[in-house]
Amino acid sequence: MNLVAASSYTGDPVFDHGITLAVWVIVVVKVIAVFAIVLVSVLFMVMYERKAVAYLGNRWGPNRAGPKGWLQSLADGVKLFFKEGFAPAAADKPVYWLAPVLSMVPVLVSFSIVPIGTTLTVDGYTTRLQLADPQWGILLMLMCSSVSVYGVMLAGWASGSKYPLIGAVRASAQMISYEAALGLTVATVVVLSGSLHTSAIVAAQHGGVLYHWNVFRAYGLPAAIFFVAITAEMTRPPFDLVEAEEELAGGYNMEYSSIGFALFYLAEYGALVTNSAFFVTLFLGGPDGPYWHTIGPVWFVVKVLVVLYIYVWIRATLPRLRYDQLMDLGWKRLIPASLAMLLIVIGGRISWRWGLAALSGSLFAFILLARAIEVGESHDAEAEAAGELETP
Amino acid sequence: MSWVADSKFVSFFKGFFVTGKQPAKPKVTVQYPEEKRPKPERLHGRHVLSRYEDGMEKCIGCELCAGVCPAHCIYVRGADNPPDAPVSPGERYGFVYEINFLRCIHCDLCVEACPTEAITESKLFEFSFTNRDQAVYTKAELVVDDSGKPKQLPWEDWKPGDDANTSGWVRATSPSGRGDLEGIPLWSGELGYGVRPAQAGQSDPEAADVPADFDISVREVEAAEVRGVGVSTVRQVRRPGGAGR
Repeated sequence: MNLVAASSYTGDPVFDHGITLAVWVIVVVKVIAVFAIVLVSVLFMVMYERKAVAYLGNRWGPNRAGPKGWLQSLADGVKLFFKEGFAPAAADKPVYWLAPVLSMVPVLVSFSIVPIGTTLTVDGYTTRLQLADPQWGILLMLMCSSVSVYGVMLAGWASGSKYPLIGAVRASAQMISYEAALGLTVATVVVLSGSLHTSAIVAAQHGGVLYHWNVFRAYGLPAAIFFVAITAEMTRPPFDLVEAEEELAGGYNMEYSSIGFALFYLAEYGALVTNSAFFVTLFLGGPDGPYWHTIGPVWFVVKVLVVLYIYVWIRATLPRLRYDQLMDLGWKRLIPASLAMLLIVIGGRISWRWGLAALSGSLFAFILLARAIEVGESHDAEAEAAGELETP
Repeated sequence: MSWVADSKFVSFFKGFFVTGKQPAKPKVTVQYPEEKRPKPERLHGRHVLSRYEDGMEKCIGCELCAGVCPAHCIYVRGADNPPDAPVSPGERYGFVYEINFLRCIHCDLCVEACPTEAITESKLFEFSFTNRDQAVYTKAELVVDDSGKPKQLPWEDWKPGDDANTSGWVRATSPSGRGDLEGIPLWSGELGYGVRPAQAGQSDPEAADVPADFDISVREVEAAEVRGVGVSTVRQVRRPGGAGR
């Protein structure tokens, strides 16, 4: 797909012949479907994670509620919604109850641009298997992940309690730091696809056996950076300093119970499913498979499940990072690396000579950066030895 | 190439293999209510009140257990034995005997205090009450039945064999830690079992080979036949020093 064709890429074909009642029905059905998919996938994901992390830790996991315990998360959810909604006396009540909604809504909104399949034709109406296909496309995902910072931050601030406040400060610092690397890797994908439409990004990866996928076309590294960055963005382990139980007794959602807590929980796992879907969309070809290209949604679900399993695997394996390690990884490694990969990919799109030039320039810059980090750390060590620097 | 395998980057991913191969291994945990682990031989579960081989109750109503109980969960009232139908071989017997299992901490001090080994702790601990009356075990519920086994109450969850060694704690090998007493029975006989042999001791060559879930009662019957101390009608109460009786 060349750049000219991509720029003339249009939205959902269902709107091509005017907005009739049938179009309304289709859109409403899709809205309900997206809502249901996110909520059901959260119920599934909670149980999937608990089961998988149990098996990775040599245990059975929950197995009492329902067949093989698969109704456990439903039982937990029902319990949470019937509990008393309790707010601390020192809480700022309107903001306190707004915060969980501010976490939950961006998750639902951002899932609306995930292409689950290509197109579906019902009674003469052809529509994409995604709720919305706006021109700004993937930027909606970046926007929603930025807005969800407010939910976490306001929750910690409005709780009127110290531990949630510390957790919220950590969360907002961490999420904002990793958004830079996230944006740069998404820009890499946009350069490769020549469009912001998620459907166009998926279409650009279609065909062939795997090598069309962006994870290979972007030389692998941006996919890894994106993966790490959204892990930090969601405050998943090993980046879960936000809810470090040993230090913060639960983090930003500590003062929440009942529906407020349930919404945070839904938002957390909904973001996990949504961001895994975005990883699949951006780098793993979305609903495209190596064979049988007609069963797109099946491929999509399989890929998302694999990505989710990797998340659980990481949680079962890696210990939590220290705060300075977290910031070092974000600012000194991931952001320079994603910037360099963006330049290399852009160079590679023009010609192999430009790609090679960008690669050698990046390597040179990395040597300078490594030296700068080394000098900076030795200065820190000297200052610490001289007692001039307070250790965090 | 060992520097590659030892590098930080590679060892980072080695960690994933450690966790990644766990699902293929047997589970450490068990499906609890359906499947239970073997219990330690001297587990402190709920109490039973033992009887001698001739069916007499061992409890003499001395209330030492109630006095020593740190949780004040035992209530005992003794009464004089009726001369025509004595309940215990002593002068008095336990007329009322109640243990409140909502308070009991299973410290076993009552077992230590008992002069006649009447009260012992069994391996049974899996009971869930639905009201407080059920939690207070009366004498009728605590005394062993005519075959010498504890009585199962409706809310108790037992595995077969759990009721076999209800006096295991008392039959500890080498009481007082004296090596010359190892393997010598210094405890009284029980209804349905006679004088039971000692538990596996420190110098027992077989002890090391016995798995934890081995039903020790089988082996003890064999050992009892070898030693010739099987079921006897004569009550044998012997204690170091022979004090008390």
